[in-house]
Amino acid sequence: MLPATGSCQVETKLQRRTNRCTPTDRVRGQQVTISIPAPAGFVGLSAKTGLPLWMLGLGADRLWADMNRLLAFLFHQGILDEQFLQLQQLQDETSPNFVSEVVNIYFHESEKLLRNLRALLMERELSDYKKMGIHLNQFMGSSSSIGAKRVRNVCVAFRAATEQSNRAGCLRALEMLEQEYCYLKNKLHELFQIEQQRALAAGVRYPAQN
Amino acid sequence: MWSEKADSFDLSPPESDEVHVLAVDDSLVDRKVIERLLKISACNCKVTAVDSGMRALQFLGLDAEKSPSDSFDHGLKVDLIITDYCMPGMTGYELLKKIKESSTLKQIPVVIMSSENVLARIDRCLEEGAEDFIVKPVKLSDVKRLKDYYMTRSEVRAGSCQDKAGGRINKRKLPDTDTDTITPDDLSPSPPSISSSTPPSSPSNSPSSPSSVPSSPPAVLDSPIRRLKMTSTD
Repeated sequence: MLPATGSCQVETKLQRRTNRCTPTDRVRGQQVTISIPAPAGFVGLSAKTGLPLWMLGLGADRLWADMNRLLAFLFHQGILDEQFLQLQQLQDETSPNFVSEVVNIYFHESEKLLRNLRALLMERELSDYKKMGIHLNQFMGSSSSIGAKRVRNVCVAFRAATEQSNRAGCLRALEMLEQEYCYLKNKLHELFQIEQQRALAAGVRYPAQN
Repeated sequence: MWSEKADSFDLSPPESDEVHVLAVDDSLVDRKVIERLLKISACNCKVTAVDSGMRALQFLGLDAEKSPSDSFDHGLKVDLIITDYCMPGMTGYELLKKIKESSTLKQIPVVIMSSENVLARIDRCLEEGAEDFIVKPVKLSDVKRLKDYYMTRSEVRAGSCQDKAGGRINKRKLPDTDTDTITPDDLSPSPPSISSSTPPSSPSNSPSSPSSVPSSPPAVLDSPIRRLKMTSTD
């Protein structure tokens, strides 16, 4: 897995670090914050001046290419599937932020579900596998609705483990789920950042450069 | 015409073009997506999205077992109900049953969505009177197919009585273009090619467009699905 850029926050109830998806972590109390400084070129900062590309008038085309490259990568890795494209098709001038709105709702709901799943698994008495299954169904549903294929697939495996009341399997699946989710979130944030910069760049007009 | 009862209540011409869809899903993500899909596929589409079967029934005026006159308001202006199958509390299937059991609401087409492509589930829903069954994730092409169902109702509301068939091929179920000619009470033998929306008074009608009934109407009792569909829309 490539290192994630951008930042990803996954709140967990545990004190110790549970996410291994990025190299630098800071554990503050019960919250694990993972933040990675964005490499200059990728999110549109000029390596020379440190200025955002869109301000330099170089932006739009280059950012468009960046965005497509990232999307192609995400599809190729199976992180996203064609349902994500369907969402993009639903975005237009009347609803210009549709995709990010839906995805943000997804993030919000997913983090709640992940917290609940972890709490259920950590129960000292018998874990409520049935309830986990219900949460997983929800997670699977929303993941499939936004095209988050890999996350959804991990949910399927996780659900199978709950059906067998396989605690060890569930723990492994939860770890994997948190990782996949974290990675997806980082990548989508990246995508939205590029999109934003592209929109800005497209709106900027410069006199002819020599 | 064939608009027998429920539709005649709605006498609001300015809204006759507007299509009103009630979407029921416990997932907020899915509600947002379905709402947008509906709005994009039909310009005049008004969407009410609720998060449970109970709320759907409340909206439709069915919750407290009121008499039909009390459920006058919302229910009759809903052109289509699209509901998720798996929901906590009341499932989409249970909601479907309640709607089809209601004399005032059973005319409203109901479409079920589910992430599980289980044939038994699909069959059960269709037998209970669902118009269609969409496997999630829902796409634009799925929603465009729904037009057949709600265009029917709003056209009727607007007073038009065109042939709804018009060459549309419906993958799963046919529009009820033939139910006006055949009711469970009227089992007079008719030629198998009947499928138009001509008035009930003339059973001997001309065969209409390509979307003919696959099973011959006189054998009403042969296909349980057709039989249930007819009883639900008399």
